[in-house]
Amino acid sequence: MSSEKNKPTVQTTGHAWDGDLQEYNNPLPNWWLWTFYASAIFALVYWVLYPAWPVGDSYTKGVMNNITYTTSDGKTTTTHWNTRALYLKEMQEARESQKQYLEDINASTFEQIASSEEKSAFAYSSAKVLFADNCAACHQTGGDGVIGYYPNLLDDAWLWGGSYSKIQESINNGRNGSMPGFKASLTTKQVSDVADYVLSLSGNNVDASAAKRGKKVFAGQGGCVACHGADAKGQTFMGSANLTDKIWTIADVDGADTAEAKKAAVVDLVNNGKTRQMPAWKERLSATEIKILTFYVKQLSASK
Amino acid sequence: MKHETIETNAGWLIGLTLLVISIGGLVEIVPLYFIDSTIEEVKVEGIDTVHPYSPLELRGRDIYQREGCYLCHSQMIRPFRDEALRYGHYSLAAESKFDHPFQWGSKRTGPDLARVGKKYSNEWHVQHLIAPRSVVKESIMPNYPWLMDSLSYKDIADRLRALKVVGVPYSESTEEYEANVKRFGEEVAKNMDILHAEENLLAQAAAGNYDGNADDVTEMDALVAYLQLLGTMVDFSKFDEGHFAKFR
Repeated sequence: MSSEKNKPTVQTTGHAWDGDLQEYNNPLPNWWLWTFYASAIFALVYWVLYPAWPVGDSYTKGVMNNITYTTSDGKTTTTHWNTRALYLKEMQEARESQKQYLEDINASTFEQIASSEEKSAFAYSSAKVLFADNCAACHQTGGDGVIGYYPNLLDDAWLWGGSYSKIQESINNGRNGSMPGFKASLTTKQVSDVADYVLSLSGNNVDASAAKRGKKVFAGQGGCVACHGADAKGQTFMGSANLTDKIWTIADVDGADTAEAKKAAVVDLVNNGKTRQMPAWKERLSATEIKILTFYVKQLSASK
Repeated sequence: MKHETIETNAGWLIGLTLLVISIGGLVEIVPLYFIDSTIEEVKVEGIDTVHPYSPLELRGRDIYQREGCYLCHSQMIRPFRDEALRYGHYSLAAESKFDHPFQWGSKRTGPDLARVGKKYSNEWHVQHLIAPRSVVKESIMPNYPWLMDSLSYKDIADRLRALKVVGVPYSESTEEYEANVKRFGEEVAKNMDILHAEENLLAQAAAGNYDGNADDVTEMDALVAYLQLLGTMVDFSKFDEGHFAKFR
């Protein structure tokens, strides 16, 4: 396009830079201009309809955009448009759409949930999400736990009891498990003997005479029987482990290759003890959610 | 004045440009200081349950910022159902009123932490901070093993004083202390006393023993104390479900 052709028709701003640089004074494109006007009108309408302008210690609340919601305690409120009321409305709608299932769960016993395909399907799909959000950080996505830290929920060994009511109690109130260290109260030899005895309980090959001495320490000076019981099978009311079931949750005996390493893992635990805590969930999750999780956790274990 | 005068005078141009562009900020931000419902009132039996951090928690918060936790973790649960189901009740403005600066964030590479307090055990936090993948296999969070180093806390009183300057009601005089007792209750007020800051920090670390190592006060003690407090100051069971919607 030649500049000579445009020059006579378009006005310039009248400035000249560097001798000959000039600026056209073109009008704004119409599409742009009208979009600008439209957005100004949109703003005016918005100001009237939605909360907008501050006035003193309050603000204009907007008209024609009231939200009516009912909370779970049955109170119905109508209010001007705001995101918190929108959220409460969203919660109400979800609650209503799940109502029949949730009421069904609340009214059923665990056995009834387990025997009904529909109820258990609902419980399962809700529980998977709840488990992933709340439990998986410790017990892992699949529920297999972490040896040394968090119990495996897939096996049949339950530190605190595996009935529905005991599982529900564990989730509601949390658990505090604590084994003291025996470094100070037992000699190195005694700890070594106890470790041999404990390993012998689950069928590991150990020095028989050491295990025999260890049994005496277990029942006597060590005081291990106070928690683990005379038969070493543990007591679920205090969460002490069953030492005879070949399931290791803290000392990683199964993960150790050699007999020495297996023993070292047990010796370390006897020496230093272990404190574990599961948080209480009753203030974070609803009673129904905990019921659903209880059902799920029970279903994870081998014998349901 | 002719428009040309403004366009050809740098002083006028800068001054008037600043004036014009500040209108947006002034109109949007300044009224929030005067509107009554900006910050919710959270009182249970006359006591303000949202309170400033104890000295130990404050050091934990400092470490949270030093390590840049906010680059991946937000502390702001929005009022949406999906967020409520995953994280808990939406965040209140009141819950970060003593935060300088607030840690709301806008980037969630990791999960929101606004209500992480009391969700996991102290042992979990310690293990997870030292080596995240030892407890969450799929995690991409870096390891923070140096948090087991000793905590420096000699300047804790000055840190509280600095926050007092920007309006956090830590107390130095008897009158200020009494006012805090009235507002937050005695137990909290004691922890807000600048004159006993170091002693309070050591007492909380000893009582909590957050990192499981009773021989030393570590950065881990402080950080876990802070994390375990997050989102726990408002007991929502004490309020009607629709209560906090009234403030909007």
